[in-house]
Amino acid sequence: MAEPLLSLRGVRTNIGRYHILHGVDFDVPEGGLTMLLGRNGAGKTTTLRTIMGLWRAAAGEIRFAGRDIAGLATPDIARLGIAYVPETMAIFADLTVQENLILAARSGPPDAARLDWIFGRFEALKRFWTLPAGNLSGGQKQMLAVARAIIEPRRLLLIDEPTKGLAPAIIANMIDAFRELKDGAASLLVVEQNFAFARQLGDTVAVMDDGKVAHTGAMAAFAADADLQQHLLGLGMGEHQ
Amino acid sequence: MKQDWLPPLLIPAIAIVALPLVGSPTSWVTLTVAGLAMGLMIFIMASGLTLTFGLMDVLNFGHGAFIAVGAFVAASVMLAMAPWMTAESLWLNLAAVGPAVLAAVVVSGALGWGFERVIVRPVYGQHLRQILVTTGGLIVAEQLLKVVWGPDQITLARPAALRGAFLLGDVAIEKYRVLAVVIGLAVFAALAVTLNRTRLGLLIRAGVENGEMVEALGYRIRRLFVGVFVAGSALAGLGGAMWGLYQETVTAAIGAQVAVLVFIVVIIGGLGSVGGCFVGALLVGLTANYVGFVAPKVALGSNILLMALILLWRPQGLYPVAKR
Amino acid sequence: MLRALLSDDLPRSRWLAAALILVVVGLAVAPFLFPGAKSLNVAAKICVFIVLAASFDLLLGYTGIVSFAHTMFFGIGAYGVAIALTRMGAEWTAVLVGIVAGLIVAIALAAVIGLFSLRVRTIFFAMITLAVASAFAILASQLPELTGGEDGLNYRLPAALRASFSLADGTLFGVRLNGRLLDYYLVYAASLVLVLVLLRVVNSPFGSVLMAIRENPFRAEAIGYRTVVYRTIASCIAAAVAALAGALLALWSSQTNPDTTLSFDIMVDILLMVVIGGMGTMYGGVLGAVLLVFAQNYLQDLLALANKALASVPLLANLFHPDRWLLWLGVAFILCVYFFPTGIVGSLRSRRR
Repeated sequence: MAEPLLSLRGVRTNIGRYHILHGVDFDVPEGGLTMLLGRNGAGKTTTLRTIMGLWRAAAGEIRFAGRDIAGLATPDIARLGIAYVPETMAIFADLTVQENLILAARSGPPDAARLDWIFGRFEALKRFWTLPAGNLSGGQKQMLAVARAIIEPRRLLLIDEPTKGLAPAIIANMIDAFRELKDGAASLLVVEQNFAFARQLGDTVAVMDDGKVAHTGAMAAFAADADLQQHLLGLGMGEHQ
Repeated sequence: MKQDWLPPLLIPAIAIVALPLVGSPTSWVTLTVAGLAMGLMIFIMASGLTLTFGLMDVLNFGHGAFIAVGAFVAASVMLAMAPWMTAESLWLNLAAVGPAVLAAVVVSGALGWGFERVIVRPVYGQHLRQILVTTGGLIVAEQLLKVVWGPDQITLARPAALRGAFLLGDVAIEKYRVLAVVIGLAVFAALAVTLNRTRLGLLIRAGVENGEMVEALGYRIRRLFVGVFVAGSALAGLGGAMWGLYQETVTAAIGAQVAVLVFIVVIIGGLGSVGGCFVGALLVGLTANYVGFVAPKVALGSNILLMALILLWRPQGLYPVAKR
Repeated sequence: MLRALLSDDLPRSRWLAAALILVVVGLAVAPFLFPGAKSLNVAAKICVFIVLAASFDLLLGYTGIVSFAHTMFFGIGAYGVAIALTRMGAEWTAVLVGIVAGLIVAIALAAVIGLFSLRVRTIFFAMITLAVASAFAILASQLPELTGGEDGLNYRLPAALRASFSLADGTLFGVRLNGRLLDYYLVYAASLVLVLVLLRVVNSPFGSVLMAIRENPFRAEAIGYRTVVYRTIASCIAAAVAALAGALLALWSSQTNPDTTLSFDIMVDILLMVVIGGMGTMYGGVLGAVLLVFAQNYLQDLLALANKALASVPLLANLFHPDRWLLWLGVAFILCVYFFPTGIVGSLRSRRR
């Protein structure tokens, strides 16, 4: 079996005096989409932020494409090919949609073909191209946040709750977009509370509980195990929050 | 594009309100030009401070030191080139002023670099200690100025061709003030172009909003910090040099005197907003001059009142920048 | 009984206790130990600045607020008494009126500034206080009918405090028993009481809340303490004590002017005193004040020596010019903020017993 693209071993993260992660272990295989699930407060966002170097891991190892990234600064981690879409989207509201994407495209002007693809999936971005991103609706901001992460090819996309607060129609749009991304070269690690969304897209799943990973495995198997879902997420099959 | 035009309208509003209070139209014109000149000089000094704060969350109470250094360095160079300064030719004058200003900018910028490394860097993120340490830096810098240049004030006469005033009918408009306005607008234009049309400007504007996300996009924003700090201190030096010529005397306290106005402008404009700083500076310059004419005792107080009123209207300043 | 007097805030260090005893006793016998008008003046000034520094520590060290307006309250207290004595004549009623007026203005102003700007961030607040203090200083020097303008006010003190007033005939240890002596002990006693009062305040439940707010304002707010209210009250108390210190100064020297009460130099001095002495300890302000006043007078002599020695190298000599004492204290200040955040008091306390 090929070496995982990203692997965490024994990662502990503290914020001030609070211990959030108590030894996180899981892998993200290359290609495909790994879902990071768990109840509120399980530590999912903290895990993503720790991988990204925004919070320093107090202990443990984080390996990406064979190298240890646990001590690196955030810009250096990003330059290794990891893109991050935070829960808050972190859109630059005073910058236009265009400027947001120019910034995200580090190596030069945004590639025309990729832009077309993005416009095709998220046509609102084309409409608001020269307007300040602060004018966008919540769903459109989310599209922009995702667009920023994919405007250039990246090896790993870390995405935190992409469907939070979105209307079902937009969520459907997201699902299609993510499916196409998956089929491309990117690997994705997605945090989600929306289990229906997660089921449709996830290839593998890691479930967190109380600062640790409680279960890893194939999504198909997890989706079929209603008891396990109930135990770990408090959900019944087919439900979403 | 949704633009917030209300704040800039305050500028003509204040000018119009002042007209009946001042009484004489010729005085009003003189005061308005003086106010604009003063405002633009303060803008030059304040723009770096507001960007530094917006980008790095660092407020440098020692900013006055850069202003003072700029004034002293420029003064020294100009005094050394006295023959060219007193010559009647505008070109010779500028040939003396130019290097003086350049020297002021370079030295202040260098001082800024040192200041950031030694004094500011160790206390990133700790506001209380920042205030204390930068105030300490100001004290030490002011004393060092006295060590190098002596404790007495230096008289700095304006170059010959820039003395006196243009006469437009009954109105006297000081030549130096016109130069100050021109330079001030040039600096504003340069800043506007840099911020809005270059990638660097994009980084700065995005960094002011959310530095963490800019880092997550792969940019080493730390280096940007230092650059902006140095640029800000260099601009302060430029402003100081111009202010010294404006006042025609240079003392070690020059930085502290004008620093209060600089802080007021930064607060009014909104921490991190160059546009707000511009509008705020003009408002403060105009207010100081109009009130200075009508009721000199309350000139500074009137600017504080202005600040209070604006904060009541917009608690984050005229153009609050979306914060993290 | 000592514990009760110090509100349970013991020095907790042999060295610190020794230093404090030295200060208290030294100041008590200063008129006899160092006879002469000049040294008595220095001693009185030390007493006043001890109170001023301690009141500033309440703000900076205990509540975590940086306010550049503290000297303004000092000046308000001083001018309150000065104006009253000038207008109403050299009577004790004038003194009382002056003190009360000064207190009212100081507390009111502190409340307004507090409620208006304590909602904003630390940095905003510091800048705003700087602006307000500057405006006030300018105002004071430009209202000559009221404040005597730049030259200030000269007035006569109540009879009992004047040199001509005789307590008893003859001398004690070579010191005349006159009104000046009485005046000094008035200042000394009042200063002592005010410092003890401040100790009581910071060691009360109120003080604990202040420190909690200083450490983590969000947490304190979440627990249910209205931080703006507490900070404003702390500001008012600090302002009131500063005003009283100002009143004492006015009662000691029969003249009050902007330079001695409102200048930014005084603000710098207080800042240095509290930080070098040790923030958040009260005793830090005490030691810091003594240190700074001594430095102002004696560091200059030391520097003069170095200055002479380096006369051949003008630039270096300038570094050690006696007038540059503030440079060296400024450097000490910066070093303290970085390396000795607990100041002298903290360093003394950490030397185990």
